Amino acid sequence: MSIKLDGVSYAYNVGTPAENVALDGVSLVVERGEWLSIVGHTGSGKSTLAQHLNLLLSPQSGTVSVDGELVQIGTKAARGLRRKVGLVFQYPESQFFAETVRDEIEFAPSNWGVKGDDLKSCVDEAVSASGLDPALLAANPFALSGGQRRRAAIASVLAMRPEYLVLDEPTAGLDAAGIRDLTGMLSDLRERGMAVVQVTHDLGVALERSDRVLALERGRAVAEGTPEEIASYLAENPVKGLLLPPCASFAHRLRSRGINVPLTSGAAAIAEAVEKARAVMR
Amino acid sequence: MKFGNTSIGQFIPGESVIHLLDPRCKMIGTFVLLTALFMAGAPWDFVPWVFLLAAMPRLSRISMRAILRSGRPVLFLVMFTMLLNVFWTPGNEIARLGPLRITEEGIVSAFCMGVRLYFLVVFAAILMMTTSPMAFSDGLERILSPLARLGLPVSEMAMMMTIALRFIPTLFEETDRILKAQMSRGADFESGSMIKRARSFIPVLVPLFVLVFARAENLAVAMESRCYVPGGHRSRMRPLVWEARDTKAMSCMVAFAVFSFLWGMCLPKIASICLDML
Amino acid sequence: MDQVPIFDVKGAVYSYNETGPPALDGVDLTVMPGEWVAVLGANGSGKSTLAKVCNALLVPAQGACFSLGLDTSDPGNAGAVRQGVALVFQNPDDQIVASVVEEDVAFGPENLGLPSGEIERRVDRALELVSLTDLRKRGSYSLSGGQKQRLALAGALALEPKALVLDESTSMLDPDGRRSFLGCLGELNRLGMTILQITHAVEDIMFSGRIVVLGAGRVLWDGRQHGFWDGKYREFGFSEPPELALYRELASRGLIDPLTAPRVDDMLEALCL
Repeated sequence: MSIKLDGVSYAYNVGTPAENVALDGVSLVVERGEWLSIVGHTGSGKSTLAQHLNLLLSPQSGTVSVDGELVQIGTKAARGLRRKVGLVFQYPESQFFAETVRDEIEFAPSNWGVKGDDLKSCVDEAVSASGLDPALLAANPFALSGGQRRRAAIASVLAMRPEYLVLDEPTAGLDAAGIRDLTGMLSDLRERGMAVVQVTHDLGVALERSDRVLALERGRAVAEGTPEEIASYLAENPVKGLLLPPCASFAHRLRSRGINVPLTSGAAAIAEAVEKARAVMR
Repeated sequence: MKFGNTSIGQFIPGESVIHLLDPRCKMIGTFVLLTALFMAGAPWDFVPWVFLLAAMPRLSRISMRAILRSGRPVLFLVMFTMLLNVFWTPGNEIARLGPLRITEEGIVSAFCMGVRLYFLVVFAAILMMTTSPMAFSDGLERILSPLARLGLPVSEMAMMMTIALRFIPTLFEETDRILKAQMSRGADFESGSMIKRARSFIPVLVPLFVLVFARAENLAVAMESRCYVPGGHRSRMRPLVWEARDTKAMSCMVAFAVFSFLWGMCLPKIASICLDML
Repeated sequence: MDQVPIFDVKGAVYSYNETGPPALDGVDLTVMPGEWVAVLGANGSGKSTLAKVCNALLVPAQGACFSLGLDTSDPGNAGAVRQGVALVFQNPDDQIVASVVEEDVAFGPENLGLPSGEIERRVDRALELVSLTDLRKRGSYSLSGGQKQRLALAGALALEPKALVLDESTSMLDPDGRRSFLGCLGELNRLGMTILQITHAVEDIMFSGRIVVLGAGRVLWDGRQHGFWDGKYREFGFSEPPELALYRELASRGLIDPLTAPRVDDMLEALCL
């Protein structure tokens, strides 16, 4: 059970002076129940890639298949499969249109014909999974606070019971507390077996929680692997706009001084390794 | 349902001959040309115009493909007008489709109508593609300045236009994003009855309006903080200066308009004289 | 000689509506020429309102605000204040008026009615300060987010202000854009520009000389960098940047001497491995 992209290429404004190749032969597999991070600089094609996962864009060359089914975009089948892959856009709260939060969350499932008790349980599940305060269901979505608004927006996608959840820069614009809550919520979803695909320009965020990371540069996949593998790769082959987080960069530079410590270690583990090395040297 | 292509008819910065012309020259010149174009009534009248169009990529440094593409948004309108003309022009019947009659005159007039409309849009688009919105509204402001004396807020109107043009690409992008976001929540804009389809756009229009109002408010504050005072005196970094090349370009455009008009007048006569001689 | 403060906010109170709690509830803040002050606060702390008060876009209902020594409650001073105190906002797309980079930078000076030679000089200088000179003829919509925000900064600088007020100006940028924007600010501050930087992100405040924490419309804390990182940040619910966490771990094991600015390079040096 997976989403499979094979040699996908896509360009915008083909044939005009503004032609711009966003994806250039990217292959990728998203397995059920894993947390994959797609990292890249602005303009690396990561948002375009996200829209392919959700079957909103159709590759100009290459193929997309969901759970073994090859998808032709624009067909009824594509629309059906889109339900399996929830896509949360950047600043998703800017899509609100309904008068109450409940209407907003009911929008997606009712578009797929869910009615009555089923609809109610869809909403309840989404509200509890997103950690939204149920008392806010009757509120006007525009009146919520920033953090609650983001939750409501994610709940409105979760309500269609997707099996894969793709999020484009989900932490953008949130303050420190909001970011902590959101990452916790994504961890919980992953624990329940949902595939989480997080698209971000922040390498630090990607290395922290994901099972696997894909690094993009100008529409090409430059590296793919565990966070540790990606950190080592990027330490050796810097990619513009993908800055190693301070601890990883510190750990990498310790290596040349003979101290080996995983690049994704926390501050405490790194300090401990330095302490040990010091003791040995003396 | 694609808004992906935002570059149609947008200003493309450049340094071509046309780019460098004074916007007033381009605007008045385009107006003169389009007036002449409207006088073209027979298929042969368009011959000079085809040559003019063919010269455009050289003069504007914009590819033919991009120029022709700019007529695309009105293609449907062009087709529709042509169909109407084919079936509703009385004259020499050459075919019959049920109650509909196709006439020789209909085909000719449909052709002329379609080509005229298409050329009109394409030449207007070349003006937009080679003139920055700021220069465009500066030019407009100067052309309309006599009206300011009558109390019309010409400079505010010109500023409004600058901003409207500047925000077109942004709004296209936002619309595209909202459309896609609602589609990924299962919105279906392509099936069902007309009423159902119209209703399905509410989830797109509401967020778009919210966004536009928020944008407008932010922009107003930003402009105010940059010392903009509506109706106040503004100077220019590059005041419009009418140069020799503008006079030359203007003469060329007027000459072309006159030529195409004479061509339309004389061609049938020359043709009939030639036919008589045969 | 006594210098005139750039901003002198005295007990400012401001409410957007009559029912809710006020956005500013008695704020006192004095900023001297050449200072770089970061105003840190969570969403809804009143920090954006403070920015607008300093720029005379809003006038406090109680208390007063003197910007550049001018009383902002006098409408006659608004023009001089806006010229001397330039604002850069959160979303660059909301501030760019013109479709071409240099035309947008010229917008402010054109509003001042300056002669064209002077406008040209200011535009050149402003573009140079934000390193956009090479892109001056480009379409503003074709820039990246970070470039757009630097363009907005250039538009502000073209007014040749004495102070800059930045309202969440880095929050929509990627790490690269953020770094280059903060780099520009550092350079400007070094040249003597007073900066009032409003933000909710602790990553943004590493370079400012002074930190003011705002909460529920009041100043909760006002002091220097090391005072803030010495435990205060936790009290206000901010998490510590990773550099600092690393530094603390090393220092607690006695591997490193206390430093003023915890930077990765300095720490490596100090370890003497």
